[in-house]
Amino acid sequence: MTSQDILASRNEWDLIIRPQRSWWDLRLGELWRYRDLIWLLVWRDFVAYYKQTILGPLWYLIQPLLTTVVFTVIFGGIAHLSTDGLPPFLFYMAGNTVWSYFAACLTNTSNTFTSNAAIFGKVYFPRLSIPVSVIISNLISFGIRLGVFLAFWVYFMLTSSAIHPNPWILLLPVLLVLMAGQGLGLGIIISSLTTKYRDLQQLVGFGVQLLMYATPVIYPLSTVTGIWRWLILANPMTAVVETFRLAFLGTSSLSPISLLYSAGFMVVVFVIGVFIFNRVEATFMDTV
Amino acid sequence: MPGTVISVENLSKCYRLGVIGTGTFHGDLDRWLAKWRGKPDPYQIIGQADHGNRQGETLWALKDISFQVQQGEALGIIGRNGAGKSTLLKILSQVTAPTSGTVRVKGRIASLLEVGTGFHPELTGRENIYLNGAIMGMNRAEVANKFDEIVDFSGVDQFIDTPVKRYSSGMYVRLAFAVAAHLEPEILVVDEVLAVGDIEFQKKCLGKMGDVAKEGRTVLFVSHNMVAVASLCSKGLLIDGGKIEQAGEADFVISKYLGKYETKAEYRSSRSPTIKNKLGIVRASLLKNNVISDTFYSSENLTLQIECEVKESIKGAQIAFDLLNEADQYVFSSTNQDLTRRKDILAPGTYVFECKFALNLLRSGKYRINVSSSIPAIEMLDIADSSLVFNLLDDSSPMLMLGQNRRGIIFLELPWTVLPKG
Repeated sequence: MTSQDILASRNEWDLIIRPQRSWWDLRLGELWRYRDLIWLLVWRDFVAYYKQTILGPLWYLIQPLLTTVVFTVIFGGIAHLSTDGLPPFLFYMAGNTVWSYFAACLTNTSNTFTSNAAIFGKVYFPRLSIPVSVIISNLISFGIRLGVFLAFWVYFMLTSSAIHPNPWILLLPVLLVLMAGQGLGLGIIISSLTTKYRDLQQLVGFGVQLLMYATPVIYPLSTVTGIWRWLILANPMTAVVETFRLAFLGTSSLSPISLLYSAGFMVVVFVIGVFIFNRVEATFMDTV
Repeated sequence: MPGTVISVENLSKCYRLGVIGTGTFHGDLDRWLAKWRGKPDPYQIIGQADHGNRQGETLWALKDISFQVQQGEALGIIGRNGAGKSTLLKILSQVTAPTSGTVRVKGRIASLLEVGTGFHPELTGRENIYLNGAIMGMNRAEVANKFDEIVDFSGVDQFIDTPVKRYSSGMYVRLAFAVAAHLEPEILVVDEVLAVGDIEFQKKCLGKMGDVAKEGRTVLFVSHNMVAVASLCSKGLLIDGGKIEQAGEADFVISKYLGKYETKAEYRSSRSPTIKNKLGIVRASLLKNNVISDTFYSSENLTLQIECEVKESIKGAQIAFDLLNEADQYVFSSTNQDLTRRKDILAPGTYVFECKFALNLLRSGKYRINVSSSIPAIEMLDIADSSLVFNLLDDSSPMLMLGQNRRGIIFLELPWTVLPKG
């Protein structure tokens, strides 16, 4: 076959393997073709999580409940942190519900390359389907946590007058997208970098812990003043947590600008993440 | 020519050996600082600099390879260890990207680089079939269509709803191969999966691959088993040192491959350091009275010494070797579990295996030895094919003439008696 023939039949090739793909060749259509795989991965994570445990799916309930109880006792009962006049239990549960979804998305996507090296080394499928499936399967546990929260929320609404739900609730899907986008974006950036620098893996574990204290999870934004307030507001998760409380509980000292800032941050992080991930996946097998 | 389904043009792959990142940010910063101040690299491996050529830091696993595969062709890719066969397959199956060059493919390509990829121990056989099928690129409907066939082929139908962690290793491998064998890609890439399972299952697998080829689909087959290549493939591609040595009819290419052995008394692994072998063969040598030698006499003993490196504790692994003659016939095989069938656990470290045997049964000629490490019937760990080649000279002087004229693979001197009947 001469090169002219190849030129003539160029359009017939289904797949062209080249040294480096261009920055814009993200192959997102391929991800859609593999949607069955994504669903199966989601389902695998969900099933494998509680197989061979005594309490089974109940673990999805126990975790948020215990965390909230501990927070209520330590930060409310012992440290007497302000909760903006809200019932402490509900206050902490609201913060924790939101935060834990973001934290899970970030930590579970940040090891995509290193923990899947064995399978990535043998067969090709769009690498992005792994972190995407993580985001979705975490959505299931978020749904359960949210259900628990709503149950208590209804109870407190019937017994106390401190809670004022309002139309901000309609923003819940937006908040979800913000959390998922930020968690995924940061997670895949870190996972791309950990193919070269394993240190980052150490950082993620306690980094997420520390980041929680820079987010109004255990304290309301209203108690933060001065220079610290700016610092906390610079954290894009602040707007998400505060908006969630505002929507369901009715108190917050947040301006809508913060939410826009958070959305902008998400877009930037997500786009950078997808580009870097796409860049790294081509050759990471040579460096892992 | 409308029938071309794979077109490889000027494909090269280069691995960087010395300058892979140090693995930590701190390390890279150190190296960068040292370079900036004009000091030597603090992470340079001592002794490596003695080679003196910067070129030594790169390894061209493939260099400027071009070939085409036609629709329905079964192409056998052969070559010695480290020749670049696996790298070629990895590029074709998109596991890693080439350094330069292009590959154009028509139709869906699926690879069986290793079976059982992505099996989850907690899930049942049924669940894993769906998951594994999806990883290999099938959608749910396709797997559902093939489901009964897959279960049938694997022979584990009784246990299909049992978590695969309860499977025996043999069952696990059979199920995994069954899924892979029922993919229906236009192009199938296979790498030495036949090294798993028992003889009967291997036959089944070879048959299945033959069917795939007969159905007009294209098969790329990498194997060390020349008999399998000869029976399955119509075309052959011989790779050596990252370049195409020979291409053409399978029989012709195989004969080229077999004819090119020179005596070699010592083998050292040339694998790139990125390959992590659980029980890697580092070195193998032929010894005559503790001295490395490539020429032996039939009255002498040969000691085969194999040095292996264990990266992480491994159970039930064995070291084996095959002895082949010039005609590529297997003369015999042996494993370190021949006499002791223990399933020892090998802790990480370096081990030296030795096997000593007499050569008096062998005819004179050139022999080669394949060394391999595996967990029997489960997993092939490392293969060093034709790693050692030696000349055997017949020194049993009275029989010398006789021996050369006899037929057969081996040479025996048997005691005879003759008595008048009655």
